[in-house]
Amino acid sequence: MSVPVLAVRGLAHAYPDGHQALFGVDLEIHAGERVAILGPNGAGKTTLVLHLNGLLEAGAGRVEVSGLPVERAHLPEVRRRVGLVFQDPDDQLFSATVRDDVAFGPANLGLRGAALEERVEEALAAVGMTAYAGRAPHHLSFGQRRRVAIATVLAMRPEVLVLDEPSSNLDPAARRELAAILRDLDVTMLMVTHDLPYALELCPRSVVLSEGTVVADAPTRTVLVDRELMARHRLELPVGFDPALVPVD
Amino acid sequence: MGGSHGAGHALLWHGHSPVHRAPAHLKVLAVLAFTTTVVLLPREWFAAYALALALVLATIRVAGVPLRHLAPRMLVETPVLVFVALLPFVAAGPRVEVLGLSVSEAGLWGAWAIFAKATLGVLASLTLAATTEVPDLLRALHRLRVPGVLVEIVGFMVRYLALVVDDVRRMHRALLARGFTARSPRHWPVVARTLGVLFVRTFERGERVRRAMLARGYTGRMP
Repeated sequence: MSVPVLAVRGLAHAYPDGHQALFGVDLEIHAGERVAILGPNGAGKTTLVLHLNGLLEAGAGRVEVSGLPVERAHLPEVRRRVGLVFQDPDDQLFSATVRDDVAFGPANLGLRGAALEERVEEALAAVGMTAYAGRAPHHLSFGQRRRVAIATVLAMRPEVLVLDEPSSNLDPAARRELAAILRDLDVTMLMVTHDLPYALELCPRSVVLSEGTVVADAPTRTVLVDRELMARHRLELPVGFDPALVPVD
Repeated sequence: MGGSHGAGHALLWHGHSPVHRAPAHLKVLAVLAFTTTVVLLPREWFAAYALALALVLATIRVAGVPLRHLAPRMLVETPVLVFVALLPFVAAGPRVEVLGLSVSEAGLWGAWAIFAKATLGVLASLTLAATTEVPDLLRALHRLRVPGVLVEIVGFMVRYLALVVDDVRRMHRALLARGFTARSPRHWPVVARTLGVLFVRTFERGERVRRAMLARGYTGRMP
């Protein structure tokens, strides 16, 4: 078996106030996979995500990115390999123009001049925002800002894209447009979401996190039709939505 | 064609005039030189003040920025004008009669000087703001060797000010919806608490922005 892009083993974490969020999480993501992390609020999803590129330090256990342990000495390389897209694009976009913001990551990697320009063009094209390069982020719609936030991470050519609630606060049209963009991206993807139909549409595999542990890891449809599992972990489908009827590629 | 539509900040008047196209760092230097000169002008040199005003008005004309765009933004000067209006009445020294009122001569001169200098300075600054995009202004400051940290702080401020103002507006609306009136002194403690909450929210936003920057390889220095 190939080296997983993300390998999480026995990961536990307690916050300084004593609240323990993770109790031994095991997870492997392989190249080319699209995986959803499902779970109720407070399940530890965001805590897990913050460990993947070393923004939080593991209390116990370890995280490896393509075999490279997430440790202080490797942080720059780990952060290049793991692209984190935060839930609120306003936290991510801080520059005066879209172009500057997309250039921030690759510039931190040391790219300059034409090479940097190429990264920016490529990333903006991937999310269909090329025409907005010169605009100020706060003048874009929410959906556009989320797409630019994704571009700021794609510009670093990550090995795995990690998205925190990508469909939150989007109107239905922006939600659908983003799904089309995400499906076309040629990158390994891990997506934290409450939007179960979105998970079914985009991610063949789902991991259910509940009270700080992995309680299910299976094809998304299998998870969503398991009523007993869903109820036990406060997961609910929209009224009238039947996952058995949705065609999945 | 000009207009305040589309991209740009609230002070900007979109256009393509020679003033808009002029390099931003030269504009910053010009406003700085102009303001310094006006501040140093002796207050009796009325002709020089008239000339300075003509210079600003001519620049505004060439830039194609309508005065009705600038006029409401001149309100920022109001606190200064209130002070100026009081000066002739409260200043000491020999008094003269103006319109039947006894006012201090020194106060009158002081009021005139502050009024003229402040108005010209504000008008020149607004003209710069109306004809320069924020990113250009930031690059100009960088080019003028303003320390990088200061330029970054200005950049962050411009970027996040709109969000903070939005936060304030939402919180205010939520208070109004529950019967809050700013006039009643009974409610002033509420204002204080709201400001506290706003500070905490803004601080937390800062933490999240920093975290998002670290995630993209930020090491404490702008690339």
